[in-house]
Amino acid sequence: MTECLTKTNKKVLTKGNYAIANAAVIAGCECYFGYPITPQSEIGEFMSGKMQELKRAYVSAESELAAINMVIGACSTGAKAMTSSSSCAVSLMQEALSYAASDQLPVVLVSVMRGGPGLGNIYPSQGDYNQATIGGGNGDYKLIVLAPATVQECVDLTYKAFYLAHKYKNPTVLLADGLLGQMMEPVEFTDYPYPEVDNSSWALTGAKGRPARVIRSYAPSADDQCEFLENLHAKYKLIEENETDWEEFNTEDADIILVSFGSPARNTKSAMKHCRKLGLKVGFLRPITLYPFPSKRIAELAQTAKKFISVEINMGQMIRDIKLAVNGKVPVELINKPVGNPPSVEEIVERIIKESEE
Amino acid sequence: MSHIVIDKNRCKGCYLCIEECPKKLLKIGDKVNNLGVHLVEFDDPNNECLGCAMCATRCPDMAITEVYKG
Amino acid sequence: MTTLTQTFKIPESIKKGSKFSFCPGCDHGVAVRLVAEVLDELGLRENTIAVASIGCSVTLYDFLEVDTIEAPHGRALAEATGVKRARPNKTVFTYQGDGDFASIGMAESLHCALRGENVTAICINNTTYGMTGGQLGPTTLLGQVTTTSPTGRNVEYYGYPIKIAEHVALCDGTAYSARVSLDTVPNIRKAKAAIKKAFEIQNKGLGFSFVEILSTCPTNWKKTPQQAHQRVREEMMPVFVPGVYKDITEKNN
Repeated sequence: MTECLTKTNKKVLTKGNYAIANAAVIAGCECYFGYPITPQSEIGEFMSGKMQELKRAYVSAESELAAINMVIGACSTGAKAMTSSSSCAVSLMQEALSYAASDQLPVVLVSVMRGGPGLGNIYPSQGDYNQATIGGGNGDYKLIVLAPATVQECVDLTYKAFYLAHKYKNPTVLLADGLLGQMMEPVEFTDYPYPEVDNSSWALTGAKGRPARVIRSYAPSADDQCEFLENLHAKYKLIEENETDWEEFNTEDADIILVSFGSPARNTKSAMKHCRKLGLKVGFLRPITLYPFPSKRIAELAQTAKKFISVEINMGQMIRDIKLAVNGKVPVELINKPVGNPPSVEEIVERIIKESEE
Repeated sequence: MSHIVIDKNRCKGCYLCIEECPKKLLKIGDKVNNLGVHLVEFDDPNNECLGCAMCATRCPDMAITEVYKG
Repeated sequence: MTTLTQTFKIPESIKKGSKFSFCPGCDHGVAVRLVAEVLDELGLRENTIAVASIGCSVTLYDFLEVDTIEAPHGRALAEATGVKRARPNKTVFTYQGDGDFASIGMAESLHCALRGENVTAICINNTTYGMTGGQLGPTTLLGQVTTTSPTGRNVEYYGYPIKIAEHVALCDGTAYSARVSLDTVPNIRKAKAAIKKAFEIQNKGLGFSFVEILSTCPTNWKKTPQQAHQRVREEMMPVFVPGVYKDITEKNN
């Protein structure tokens, strides 16, 4: 499984899961810890061979609980470390993600969503938008969430996930779905395009010639915890100012703006193009970072657009963030598939025609 | 001569050290520290202390901070 | 005039000016000090990364002048695995209670031993959940009254206590597993020797090393510190028998 993958600097055909794994290796991931779950098991399979070949750390963990905590341990030393998982198993990691956010550690988690709730199924889904952006752990914390829509973006955003995690000392999620994980597309593996972040001011290395460092979340005093949370949220504000990322097309004059992330964004963009051919003023906006969410831009667009439509593979989760951004100015509708393949171009176009007639 | 040093602010008054001393040189004193604990006193008028550090080894709070033998 | 030899001092690995926040007479203080003494004697402090756990053991980092990360409840040995795999040349150890190690963290603990991770685990066995007020834990003895076994631990409702050191010894990745006690000064000295051995085994890269320390919880046992040690001897030691359950260095010799 590891044969095709190195730095290519030319296009090769590969699967989303392999693209993510290979990109992590190129990004300098020193440690991979994981537990199998469909539809992302190829990541662990690839890593088991590649990391041993490169003499880097790999552990087949006894559970997702253990895997994410191994990542925390590795990250506490400043290492680049990751795990990958899916939906019901990412649920198991929520406690550790809360700790990692509190500890301010550069944990990288690849979450390849499948159907839920519960065991659900292995079909593509975006049912964990809320899990990633709001979080299932305790306390006021945020994860940086990046959402690829193509296999090439699986590569590029994996690089970015490692960079942002270390730059902001914040757990970062690459939120893909089963469709992207299993889909094959031509991709190019470039060099890791980001600078290496210096972790020497905080990493645990042994207290040699300096006072001991403690990475902890236990805060017996309420005042200390207030100060800590205010600082933590000042960091989140900085992340929101600097890192919010999205792409948009034909939004300036649009009456209807389609908003979609991840794999359904592909059909949604095609639907927008089709509508334009029909003379309908339809625009398209794709959040690339789900946290931070491009709320400010959506609020701006709500000044001119007459309606937003969120296109998702779930029962409508991102729609809530769009509504918050729009703040009641214009209606926000949903085109969704509860689970499985994304809404088709035809379905989306048909619905837009109906909406524009109203 | 052999002796021990007691840090009065570390002593929590568990008195485990008292029974450890082979020469019975430790006792509950009259003085009270900031924890409200009657401090352990080292009373060795006849220079019997062996400097064996049994007391310090037993003390769970490192209130016996130093022991000297000689 | 005779020259004085210092026979006891506060270890260098103890944070300057720190005071234990444990209850009066609690053996945690002895255990932490022994770890510090061993780190001093083996010259490991500056190259060590500790993993603290949840419970009374969480405050370890307030007392040790050692780089430390605090793990979620039960996950200390998963985090220790991550630390060691990322930085194999560091000395890595966990300091956990029996609830952390053998109840909520049983999977992490035994799998760490099974993988033969080259880390050391110190586990305080005081037969109760101390920090939360003395509830029944995995090591609570049959008949023992706790706040959640008000008439004593019976098999019908609670099942049996676990003998941790024996279980750890069964794992092929374990290089060393011992149970020690802090009830008397000679036993404290033996405990220190076991802790030292565990760290030496890690330094030699031989695999997982483990020391279970029989310890007291006078507050929740509602006993004086002296009575508590008597309980360790009379009630705990017959069930949790001190000894070395595995030592691959002995076999090799």
